Amino acid sequence: MVEPQRAARQFSPWLDAWRRFRRHRLAVASAVILVAMILSILFAPLVWKVAINDIDFTARMQTPSWQHPFGTDDLGQDLLARMLYGGRISLAVGLSAMVVALTVGTIIGAVAGMSRRWVGPALMWLTDLFLSLPALPLLLLVIYLFRDALKAAFGPEGGVFVMIVVVIGGLRWMPVARLVRAQFLSLREKEFVEAARALGASKVRQVVRHILPNALGPVIVAATIDVAAAIIAESTLSFLGLGFPPDIPTWGRILYDAKDYLDIAPHWALFPGAAIFLTVLSINFIGDGLRDALDPRRVM
Amino acid sequence: MTVMGRYLLRRLLIAIPSLLGISVVLFTVLALAPGDPFGELATNPSIPPEVRMALREKFGIDDPVAIRYVRWITAMLQGDWGFSFASRINVDTLILQRLPATLFVIGSAQVLALMIAIPVGVYAATRPYSLFDQISSTLAFVGFSLPTFFTGLLLILIFSVQLDWLPFVYRADIDAAGWRWYWEHFRQAVMPITVLGLFLGASMTRYVRSAVLDVIRLDYVTTARAKGLGERVVIVKHVVRNALIPVVTLVALQMPAIFGGAIVTEQIFRIPGIGSLLISAILANDTPVIMAVTFVFACLVVFFNLIADVLYGWLDPRITLA
Repeated sequence: MVEPQRAARQFSPWLDAWRRFRRHRLAVASAVILVAMILSILFAPLVWKVAINDIDFTARMQTPSWQHPFGTDDLGQDLLARMLYGGRISLAVGLSAMVVALTVGTIIGAVAGMSRRWVGPALMWLTDLFLSLPALPLLLLVIYLFRDALKAAFGPEGGVFVMIVVVIGGLRWMPVARLVRAQFLSLREKEFVEAARALGASKVRQVVRHILPNALGPVIVAATIDVAAAIIAESTLSFLGLGFPPDIPTWGRILYDAKDYLDIAPHWALFPGAAIFLTVLSINFIGDGLRDALDPRRVM
Repeated sequence: MTVMGRYLLRRLLIAIPSLLGISVVLFTVLALAPGDPFGELATNPSIPPEVRMALREKFGIDDPVAIRYVRWITAMLQGDWGFSFASRINVDTLILQRLPATLFVIGSAQVLALMIAIPVGVYAATRPYSLFDQISSTLAFVGFSLPTFFTGLLLILIFSVQLDWLPFVYRADIDAAGWRWYWEHFRQAVMPITVLGLFLGASMTRYVRSAVLDVIRLDYVTTARAKGLGERVVIVKHVVRNALIPVVTLVALQMPAIFGGAIVTEQIFRIPGIGSLLISAILANDTPVIMAVTFVFACLVVFFNLIADVLYGWLDPRITLA
C-alpha cells in the first residue's frame, strides 16, 4: 500500500486557531507574561527560600532593597515570599472556581439545550433568576453563615478554600449555561447530528461525541474570562477581610493588611495590587485573542 | 386598558415570581446554615432555660422550614424587618438611613460611566480599527481588569497622600452651610464616584461600540446618507438613537456587578451606605441586618431590570407590547 502523499501545508483546526491567535499581538504578549508569572510562582520559591512568616522587627515596612526585593510589611515579613505563596492560592482558586462554574454551566446548558419540553424553559428561568442575584452580597452572606462549619470539617485553610471555590463557581455558571444552550439549540438540528441520531446514537453519545466538541469554542473563551473573574472575586473577599485568614497571604489579603499604611509604606499595597491587575489583564487579553482564534466564521 | 398599561402589568407580574424565587434562595441559604440564631443565648448562663424556650416558641425556631419561610416573607412584606442586635434600632430605619448615600454614589457613577462610554464608544465605532479605536479598546480592557479596590487605593495614594487634594474619608455630617457644604460634599464624593464610574464605563464603552457597529451597517443608514444628510446628523439622529436601545438593557444587567463594586468602594472610602452596613453587620454577627441588606440588594436588581424592560418597550416600538 502506498502512503498517501503528505499535504504541503499541514492543516488542523487547532493549528488554524493558533495561527489566528498569533495575529492578536496583545494576546500573545499577555500569554508570555502570564506564563512567566505562573512559572515564577511555581518555581521561584525553590530559589527564594525566605519563610512567609519570618518575623523581623528590626526590618519593619522597609522599601524594596536587595535583601527584600518587594520590601517588608509591618511585622518585617518578606513581601516577595508572601506574594509568591499568595499567587499560588489566587491562581488555584481561579482555576478551580472556573472548573466548578464550567462543569455546572455545561451540564445545565446541555440539559436545557437538549430538552424539547418543559425542562429547558424551567432551567433557563432558574438561570435568569441566578443572574439577577447580587453576587457579592450573596457571597458574603454564604461565607458568614457557613464559615465555622466548613472550618470544622476541612480545617481552617481547606475549609475556606473549598467554600470560596464552590461559592464563586456556584455563582458564575449562568453565562456558560446560556452559551452552551444557545449552541446546542442550533447544533442539535444540524445534519450530522441527525445522521448520528438516525444511526441510533444515544442522547449521551450525540452530546459527547457530536454536539459538545462543536460547541467548545465559546465555552473555552468564557472559561478563560471566568478565571479572571474568580481571581477578582477571591481578592475582593480577602480585601474585605472576609476571605482567607491572615496567615494565608493571598494577594487580596496582603492588600487588606496594607491599606491602613498607604502613607508610610505604599510599596506594600502596590506590589500585590499590580500583581492582581497584571494577571487579570493578561487573562482577559488571552480570552479576547481566543475569541478571535476560535471563531472560524471570522475572516481575518 | 392601554397597550402600554397591559405591557407594564405583564412585566410586573413577571418580576414578582423572580423576586419570590430570590427570597426562596436567600431563605434556603439561611435555613441550611448550621448553627442556631439563639446559640449565643443558649451559652449565656444568665438566661434561664425557660426564657430561652419561650423565645424559641415566640420566634417559631422549631417549626417546619416552609412555615418559617412564609412567616419570614410576610413579615418582610409588612415592613417588619426585625431589630438590629448591634445598632439597637429597627432594621428598616437603619437601612433607610443608609440607602440614600448608596443610591447617590451608584447613580452618579452610572451617569459618569455613560458620559464616558457613549461618546468614546460611538466615536470608536464610526472609525473601526483606527488608532483611536485601538487605544480606546485597550484602555477599556485595562479599565475593567483593574479591580475597584486597587483603583480606590491608587487614587487615595495619589490624591490624598501624595497631593493632599481630596479627603479619603467620606463624612455624612459636614459642618458647613450653603455653597461650602456642596463643595465639601463634592470633594469627598469625587474619588468614590470616579472609581466606580471608570470601572462601569470601561465595559460599557465596549457595549456601545459593538451596538453602534451593528446598526451602522444597516440599509436605512445608507439611505440617510444617500439623502444627503450630514455625517453628524446621520450618526447622532439615526444611528445612536437606535444603537442605545440594547445598551439600556445592558445597563440594567450590569446592576448586580455594580452593587459588588459599590460595597468595595463604600468600604474603602468609609461611605455610610448599605454596602458598608453589610460588611459591619457581618463582622458583628448581626443576622437580621445581613438578611435585610441582601434582600434589599436583590430587590434593587429586580427593580432596575423592570425599569429597563419598561424603557425598552417604550424606546423600541418593534417590541410587541401585547
